[in-house]
Amino acid sequence: MYSEAFKESLKAVEAAREANIAYEPARMTAKEKEDLLAAYHPDYKQDEFSILQIGPNKGEKVPKELAEMLQAHSRIAAGDVDLTTPDYDVDVLIIGGGGAGTSAAIEAHEAGANVMIVTKLRMGDANTMMAEGGIQAADKPNDSPAIHYLDAFGGGHFAAKPELLAKLVGDAPEAILWLNELGVEFDKAPDGTMITTHGGGTSRKRMHAAKDYSGAEIMRTLRDEVLNRGINVVDFTSAVELILDDKGNAAGAVLMNMETGDLLVAKAKTVIIATGGAGRMHYQGFPTSNHYGATADGLVLGYRAGAKLLYADTLQYHPTGAAYPEQIFGALVTEKVRSLGAKLVNRDGKVFMHPLETRDVSAASIIRECSDRGEGVDTGSGFGVWLDTPMIEKIGGEGTIEKRIPAMMRMFGKYGIDIRKEPILVYPTLHYQNGGLDIDVDGQTTNVKNLYVAGEAVGGIHGRNRLMGNSLLDIIVFGRNAGQHAAAKAKETEVGALTLAHIAAFDAEREAAGIETDAVSPKLLPDYRYNEAEQSKK
Amino acid sequence: MENMVNIFLFGKKYTVPENLTIMRAMEYAGYQLVRGCGCRNGFCGACATIYRIKGDRELKVCLACQTKVENDMYVATLPFFPLVKQVYDMESIKPTEAVMMQLYPEIYACIGCNACTKSCTQGLNVMQYIAYAQRGEFEKCAEESFDCVMCGVCSSRCPAGISHPQVAMLARRLNGKYLAPECGHLKDRVQEIKDGTFNELLENLMQKPVAEMKELYNNREIEK
Repeated sequence: MYSEAFKESLKAVEAAREANIAYEPARMTAKEKEDLLAAYHPDYKQDEFSILQIGPNKGEKVPKELAEMLQAHSRIAAGDVDLTTPDYDVDVLIIGGGGAGTSAAIEAHEAGANVMIVTKLRMGDANTMMAEGGIQAADKPNDSPAIHYLDAFGGGHFAAKPELLAKLVGDAPEAILWLNELGVEFDKAPDGTMITTHGGGTSRKRMHAAKDYSGAEIMRTLRDEVLNRGINVVDFTSAVELILDDKGNAAGAVLMNMETGDLLVAKAKTVIIATGGAGRMHYQGFPTSNHYGATADGLVLGYRAGAKLLYADTLQYHPTGAAYPEQIFGALVTEKVRSLGAKLVNRDGKVFMHPLETRDVSAASIIRECSDRGEGVDTGSGFGVWLDTPMIEKIGGEGTIEKRIPAMMRMFGKYGIDIRKEPILVYPTLHYQNGGLDIDVDGQTTNVKNLYVAGEAVGGIHGRNRLMGNSLLDIIVFGRNAGQHAAAKAKETEVGALTLAHIAAFDAEREAAGIETDAVSPKLLPDYRYNEAEQSKK
Repeated sequence: MENMVNIFLFGKKYTVPENLTIMRAMEYAGYQLVRGCGCRNGFCGACATIYRIKGDRELKVCLACQTKVENDMYVATLPFFPLVKQVYDMESIKPTEAVMMQLYPEIYACIGCNACTKSCTQGLNVMQYIAYAQRGEFEKCAEESFDCVMCGVCSSRCPAGISHPQVAMLARRLNGKYLAPECGHLKDRVQEIKDGTFNELLENLMQKPVAEMKELYNNREIEK
């Protein structure tokens, strides 16, 4: 139900619908894409980035908000805890209880390791839970891992680390099978054939889904399996600092009870960072589709302990965040809506782009429509373009929306918008951290031993942009991989004397660089409490 | 000036803008949430909330991140509810009626009051999916319960002490693993990969210079 203000534009969209369904917009040429990105993509706004002055990536640029956290003070001093009497002593410590962390835990447990998951909220409070559209795997006869590789490599601007990407696509079918055998319910035809669709930038229909609850279905199954295995899960407890041993290898973490503030020491033979993304950093003031705890903690923990970042300057803005109503501003509208046939339409009812360009190109195109072209719809709190969802029912038949994207129908239905009959308003939302900690093909960081990383906290798997459905895939493939390798490594590891000396070393580096800051990190949670000073700035 | 409404958080009155969700209203009031806040988007079930509008007999339930405040709304959040989760080995259990009898026998004590369905924050027919579980109709139970976010409100209202979300979780896993049709092309592809069918193709791509990859990418054939 839209107010009068939208009526005129809505009429134009409705009037053009039949013609727009039939219309096949051209895809952009490589040159058109390059120019569009340079002019409109947020990653290209130079004044929104800072150059790191200290740490392993000194001299490289990252978002301003991330630079502040990477160069901030620790939440603790080395003297705050007694490292000689650890509260936990395990083989594999996994920081983060999302899809990557739980996959790693299951595999490490399978390998016989004593595993512990520590998570600052609950297990499953993660971006995995919110991934709607699906998971890629080249398992159809007309497809192959090589075609998947080409799609992802090109979509990521030819910047992915080849060995990581080859692992991603090569292990993909097995990852799907693994999930299926754990009981994940994929959308299948009666004969067992996977129902697959396109995602932006795919050249084959390889998007597997569980309705539009794909991530939730995977996450709740993994969580259930972790519980079935009796793996120790310490929830509402964050990691605030990594612990190294006297050989400089990762050997545990200092933990903080999120409710009491108590500090605890976890000693481990190997550590896996699976802390996820950074949407709640709200880079460039963007809203986000991410869960409450997505604050780049793992990047901070790793960086301060000496691990290198890769592509930390590239973020993914999902082209279709909800732009209206205000209550769901920034919430994810799954790309599957476009996979099923809905097109992007401007204020005048004109289809202004091919609906399945890659995410960075789509986001930039929407930003152009709403800025320089002046073709956006005024939502009262910003601008947006129409995503013409009723097209889906016309193309796929009545009932398609309820069957294939029930979560979307519910999300808008709560605000009186029936997406089967009315289009929705969208605008890019901060969605994914393309960059992260640099790893080798075993999942170990390239310069801190016994420190593994999996999931969104990794950089380099996708390059400088990620295709839809490759993130759910990456958390499974690289989560399992990290779990297996961390467990194996733990068997041959003798932990030396524990130390937090890197905190003071980092402090000294900061001081020498002349950085003055009161900031402490990791951020752990955003602060959304009402603040009069903040309000008056708006 | 925004229109304001009065709400009562755990009985204490706060005046907040009327366009906020309950979750945002709590933050507006000054709460720094740790419990009861997860995805903020209706998928994770962390923010189950019970409320009553003053003067209304009906007790309502919702997810705090998905529901707008109303004037005279009395709010109590339910960030945790002690559900019973039985453990089982997925490899050895079988999708038979007896499984439910062994793991969740309390479902057979359902008195049909329908309080679970009335309390579902996702609007699911909870009592119906429990009925399917009782009869060993796991496929139907899985389908009926699919949108469950496991917030636990249904269980908090159940006089028989049933942990509905966990029953449904078991049914979905049984269905996904044992009952749904097997995918032939997936097994074939996994075998091909194990046999090394694509190794050469992939290695070849990994070594190509970027210019050549660009050429391949920009001219690749896209399935209609």
